[in-house]
Amino acid sequence: MSDREEHDEHVFRLTRRKALKGLALGIGTMVLPAKDASASVWDSFFQKNFRELSRPERQKILARLEKEYSATYKKSVRVKDTPSPEGVLFGYGLDLSRCVGCRRCVYGCVTENNQSRDPQVHWIKVLRLSKERGVDLEHSEQYYNPATVPQEGYFYMPVQCQQCENPPCTKVCPVQATWKETDGIVVVDYNWCIGCRYCMAACPYGARHFNWKAPGLPAGEMNPETHYLGNRPRPVGVVEKCTFCMQRTREPDGKYPACVEVCPVGARKFGNLLDPTSEIRNVIENKRVFILKEDLNTQPKFYYFYSV
Amino acid sequence: MQKVWAFVQGCFLLLRKGSKLYYAWVFSLLVLIAIGVVAYANQLYNGLIVTAMRDQVSWGFYISNFTFTVGVAAAAILLVIPAYVYDWEPIKEIAILGELVAVSAMVVCLLFVTVDIGRPDRFWHLIPKIGILNFPQSLLAWDVVVLNTYLVLNFGIASYMLYSYYYRREPNMKYVFPLLMFSIPAAISIHTVTAFLYNGLAARPFWNASILAPRFLASAFCSGPAGMILMFQVVRKWTNIEIKDKAIFKIAELIAYAMFINLFLLGAEIFKEYYSDTVHLAPVKYLYQGLGGHSDLVSFIWTATIFNLTAFFLFLIPQTRENYVTLNIGCVLMFIGVFIEKGMGLVIPGFVPDVLGDFYEYSPTGTEILVSIGIWATGLLVFTLLLRIAVPIMNGDFHVGEDGVKPHIGDQLFFVRKRVAVEDEDLYSP
Ligand code: SF4
Ligand code: SF4
Repeated sequence: MSDREEHDEHVFRLTRRKALKGLALGIGTMVLPAKDASASVWDSFFQKNFRELSRPERQKILARLEKEYSATYKKSVRVKDTPSPEGVLFGYGLDLSRCVGCRRCVYGCVTENNQSRDPQVHWIKVLRLSKERGVDLEHSEQYYNPATVPQEGYFYMPVQCQQCENPPCTKVCPVQATWKETDGIVVVDYNWCIGCRYCMAACPYGARHFNWKAPGLPAGEMNPETHYLGNRPRPVGVVEKCTFCMQRTREPDGKYPACVEVCPVGARKFGNLLDPTSEIRNVIENKRVFILKEDLNTQPKFYYFYSV
Repeated sequence: MQKVWAFVQGCFLLLRKGSKLYYAWVFSLLVLIAIGVVAYANQLYNGLIVTAMRDQVSWGFYISNFTFTVGVAAAAILLVIPAYVYDWEPIKEIAILGELVAVSAMVVCLLFVTVDIGRPDRFWHLIPKIGILNFPQSLLAWDVVVLNTYLVLNFGIASYMLYSYYYRREPNMKYVFPLLMFSIPAAISIHTVTAFLYNGLAARPFWNASILAPRFLASAFCSGPAGMILMFQVVRKWTNIEIKDKAIFKIAELIAYAMFINLFLLGAEIFKEYYSDTVHLAPVKYLYQGLGGHSDLVSFIWTATIFNLTAFFLFLIPQTRENYVTLNIGCVLMFIGVFIEKGMGLVIPGFVPDVLGDFYEYSPTGTEILVSIGIWATGLLVFTLLLRIAVPIMNGDFHVGEDGVKPHIGDQLFFVRKRVAVEDEDLYSP
């Protein structure tokens, strides 16, 4: 590259930046409130896709987010970016013969992952199915409300993100705001998603949820232990989903996802599919296992099984 | 370059001139646009919660309108083909109007996508190099590319032609012809890609039928031209432009063929769903019969079906096709029929019942309707302004003056009652 070309290239970049900044300023002055908040607002506006960030850039962003969240929720909030552990492919097992349909997992998930309480966002849906028809989703019921569970003649099937090995949701995203990590977890960069909701149309499991409104997350109930790609508070207008609690499961001390921990009947199993001694491998090798909508070739890493 | 600038200046000068009726029309469109803007501001402030869309039905009225207008835009080639490929004079005179329809429809399309996204402030993520355009993986990325190409193409062709006429030159067909030829596959591709947007999703059996793209094209070649026939009559009634009956009847004939294909393909799809009677029948059943006590769309789709069928026969029979009363009835029926069928009738059943069997019945809220009206009004305004320039250029009332610099504006009114205008020469003196 000659000096001249280099110079041109440089100028081009500068003007590109400037043009964008000018435009943003125009829009920004109309919508944005406080002056002191604006510096970080600009930083977040110009933020690149998470995967394109360098180490120092990431650190800066995490620090900025921690500061923002700590101020908003009046507690010291941590935002990690723990990468996928090596040699790990997460898998999930769900024992249909044990699940009683109590939905404790649903609310355990809400608490752990900072989902919106108003309007309610649930990453896990528990379907009530009649034993007569078997796994027939068309006749499922999500809004059952008896005094006690389980009910006679029914069984229950919780559905959440299946962390597909061949995920249709990431393929369709026009801006690559969502992708599959090496440990198999499908994530969303909430700061890059444009909210087109194409991924929601593409997901065969209804596992993606949109923030139709600014999430209502009471400061007192906010879980301050967060991950950038996981349970940190989400902005309005973006898509979110289950991440197998990566803020817990990716840590060296390897905690279970919240839903596994909270299940009163032990219907939920979790572990490393690449480890032959793991519980999840034991389930796959020894139980009657099936995956949901296998004809779609999404290859879920979420296995339903019957232990009895 | 100077000449281009003079032309642009002339155009702006022209845009400000017009009869009272022209001002009234433009003003009422501006009012509608303002209402739309307020409704959209409310949506921006509160989030998409003000729409009726929810997780189960994540696309609604906006995307329905988008889908429909892509078809209207694609229909421009129904004029381009007879005019330039078959050199058919009566249509050649008005082909440029078709391109202007395409330009306006594209503007409408892009606006509908813009109001639908949750984070419009991040639109720049879609711009290659600055952001990341997930091309060629995402069909939405393809759509961004082809829609913009088609917009630029039509705008380019139309403005070059008008520019040449303005300077009283024949456009150099050496440049225009290849572009025109390219606009034919481009038109087909915008609608095909939009169909593939739905088509490629295995999660939604209602859309996952290989017949979808051909059906899209067939119905587009009904609704777009039907709208154009109505528009041509309005334009020739109120402005000093000639549009021959022959051209209009020819377009009507083409519509009849397109509708036949559309209905045939629809029948093929219905047969497959009902005869095989798998779980994939649910969305079709929901649409045409209602399912599990949910039947919001049933009356709509049957209205659309009856409209389309009636219109088809009106266009098929030469006597009714060449009678302006029945022709216009047919056009209105077809426009509405396809609007329902390709809008709500296509988008919503894809989501109901949802992938886990949940029923959420969607019907647009006031905000969605007001925003949509605002966008349609914007499209009409763009089209009006384009016509304001194109019509006087085409009939020789607007061209470069004797001195080769200053524009000559013969047409001060634009909207005129034609008879009066032709007889009363005084109207032309500035
Ligand atoms: S379940 Fe849905 S959201 Fe999760 S990976 Fe599969 S397609 Fe994506
Ligand atoms: S909603 Fe967000 S994550 Fe989903 S496809 Fe659109 S930009 Fe990508």
